[in-house]
Amino acid sequence: MSAIIILIGFSLLVALGFLAAFLFSARKGQFDDTYTPSVRMLFDDEVQPESEEDITSANSNQA
Amino acid sequence: MFEAHPFCCQGCKTVYEILSQKNLCTYYDLTSRPGKTFGQPVYAPRYAYLLRPEVQEKLIHYKDKDTAYLTFFIPSMHCSSCIWLLEHLGRLHEGIVKSSVDFLKKEVRVAYREQDINLQELVVLLARIGYEPHISLQDAEASTRPAAARSTIYKIGIAGFCFGNIMMLSFPDYFAGGDLSDTPYLATIFRYLSLLLSLPVITYCASEFFTGSVTYLKQRRLNIDFPIALALLITFGRSLYEIFSGTGSGYLDSMTGIVFFMLVGRWAQGRTLGYLSFSRDYKSYFPVSACVVRQGTETYVPVSELQVGDDVLIRNNELIPSDALLLEGKAEVDYSFVTGESHWVEKQPGDLLYAGGRQKGAAIKLKLSKPVAQSYLTSLWNNEAFQQKQKKVRFDYAEFINKYFSMAVLVISAAAFAFWMIKGEYTTGWNAITTVLIVACPCALLLGATFTSGNMLGIFSANGFYLRNASVIETLGAADTIVFDKTGTLTRSGKLTTHFVGADLTPAEQSAIRSVAGHSMHPLSRSIDFALHTFPAHRVERFSEDAGRGITATANGLTVKMGSPVFVEALPVKAHTDTRVYVSLNGEVKGYFTFENTYRNGLQRLIARLSRQYRLHLVSGDNDNQQSFLEEQFPKSSQLRFNQSPEDKLRFIQNLQQQRHIVLMIGDGLNDAGALQQSDAGIAITEDVNNFSPACDVIMSSRQFEQLPRLLQYASLHKWFVGGSFVLSLVYNVIGLYFALQGQLKPVIAAILMPASSLSIILFTWAATHIGARMKAL
Repeated sequence: MSAIIILIGFSLLVALGFLAAFLFSARKGQFDDTYTPSVRMLFDDEVQPESEEDITSANSNQA
Repeated sequence: MFEAHPFCCQGCKTVYEILSQKNLCTYYDLTSRPGKTFGQPVYAPRYAYLLRPEVQEKLIHYKDKDTAYLTFFIPSMHCSSCIWLLEHLGRLHEGIVKSSVDFLKKEVRVAYREQDINLQELVVLLARIGYEPHISLQDAEASTRPAAARSTIYKIGIAGFCFGNIMMLSFPDYFAGGDLSDTPYLATIFRYLSLLLSLPVITYCASEFFTGSVTYLKQRRLNIDFPIALALLITFGRSLYEIFSGTGSGYLDSMTGIVFFMLVGRWAQGRTLGYLSFSRDYKSYFPVSACVVRQGTETYVPVSELQVGDDVLIRNNELIPSDALLLEGKAEVDYSFVTGESHWVEKQPGDLLYAGGRQKGAAIKLKLSKPVAQSYLTSLWNNEAFQQKQKKVRFDYAEFINKYFSMAVLVISAAAFAFWMIKGEYTTGWNAITTVLIVACPCALLLGATFTSGNMLGIFSANGFYLRNASVIETLGAADTIVFDKTGTLTRSGKLTTHFVGADLTPAEQSAIRSVAGHSMHPLSRSIDFALHTFPAHRVERFSEDAGRGITATANGLTVKMGSPVFVEALPVKAHTDTRVYVSLNGEVKGYFTFENTYRNGLQRLIARLSRQYRLHLVSGDNDNQQSFLEEQFPKSSQLRFNQSPEDKLRFIQNLQQQRHIVLMIGDGLNDAGALQQSDAGIAITEDVNNFSPACDVIMSSRQFEQLPRLLQYASLHKWFVGGSFVLSLVYNVIGLYFALQGQLKPVIAAILMPASSLSIILFTWAATHIGARMKAL
């Protein structure tokens, strides 16, 4: 039965860890804007062209 | 057309050129019609004041070695393309290190290197791609960033954590039915752990209920926080007693749970669109800089530095910053926002012009006769009557129910206590009175009220009707009188209808007139172009614009002259009150276009519907040339008043209030500001919610004008929803009381009732508010 004390102790520690992470992220301002990240994550990463020629060839390829 | 893409205007074409050079064409892939049509070309010297150190100090939050950080408010962002482009600003200029958007607040946080790009260049860049930041005097003077919202999030997180863990620790107690005699040490450990976990909740998370009660008690008043605070204290106290004396496990799970749910309700109710401001004063209306001419050179200086005697150049569409004498040019000033006059005021050199008007013609030169802070307009704002008063929250249905409910609870608990005491069962007596007070907590009532309000605010916002806070809903529902402004409220500002008075014109002639009108940027020409847009436009030759007098050109084989009667060489005309543009074709005067404000669509039906439930009145700053038309629209008992000054409007509302009416005011301009403040609820109607609107309780998008009766009816449903959730909570209260009165309320029963009632109220309010909205076709 003493096992349960240890288990409860650990579970509380883990939960406290999550709470600390939540408070830390709220403090850093991650919950201030709840809308824009949902849009931001849908943007594609683009391959940056190396030089001028690449830009013009990329443009003409897109047509 | 450019590179086989169609563009609506030169501005958009320029944006495309800039973006395609930097390989940012993804902007166009993300949304079908990104960007916004340009109002006027970007003029870089207007932003020169941004290089001044005192201005930079106010705008820039933070500077480290070489990077500066600041936040711009960009009202024109509206889609994912906007977000994409604004977050890729670094690609447009190397000096921009990072930019990040907060879409709900319409803000961009930009970090840039000062040696590579200065503030003026940065703002000009943003303006050139169509995202001009809005910098107003209010921003440049103080920027407050509310961190209060964050503390609510902390409280909800901590309360949720404690609630969940306490409930988990209470499960053994539930299942064993309160009898943990084989492992008593476990029971003690769990109970003390729960007590420990409940401490942050009662001291920190629930603190707003205690401070709220104390504030009201100091004023000898009671609000809904008081019985809640009392119930929380009693629950905690009783739990402490039970745990320390080893007689039970207390009710900590219910206590922390209800705190959690109530905090979530308050948070849901407090969410408003971050970019709307309901308390703008005149300073937000004025531009930050104005063009001063000193010794022949033009420089843009901050408006706060303008002095009496300065020569100021006001271009087309710019605002007049202070009372001034007209030196050069023909002034055609739009004062509709300030005084409500629908026709532009024409003045000649030597005349006095008042602050706040917008010049509609070509550039004019003025000499300031008053400092900005002392113009007629600002003296109006500083008038005591217009000061921001804390509007009395007159109607709070939840607090109304709460009064009677609390009294009933006190009576019941006292009666139960007396009953058991008489019977001689003292312990049962104490049990009964404490548990009755725990069970009968009006927490469910608060929950019902906050979630109802939160849902309704969201539904209103989705319908272009933005409320300042939840207490406005009840006021809207309780109103019995509505007062309308005319110009800009009943009429559409900016759009003038025009029709031609004179000889019948052939399609070829109308085509020619339209072509010529289309070449001028003057608002009257644009109205003519729009009115004749069904006629094809031809190529125009020899176009010349004589500022303030007229335009001449040749199109479709005809020489067209449009403008003042003198310009067009019309016969002398007698004085007229409307705005006219005369037209001659090949030297022969054909007649004139006359302009008047258009009334909004559906006005007749709107007035008819509203008049069934409300008394309606009209107060207008304009003259009475519309009186006969309006008398037909409004019911017989309405008062229609014209030529009203802002003070007249305010006094009119005061009068009605003294007659015990609950008054709604609907207006749009600065001249309505006092009336909007004085009324029980002020609704500011606007074409674009990003634009300035005076301090009010509701900002309403003009597209929703016809919906007003339905929106008001929906608001009046608020008390039904709150009442309904209260009745639902009574069911749980009665069940709980059944046990509490007998002194038999076990923690497990309280622990089941509390989340059950909370969740069912949350569901009920969600369903009721949304079904109600469907029924009102919102």
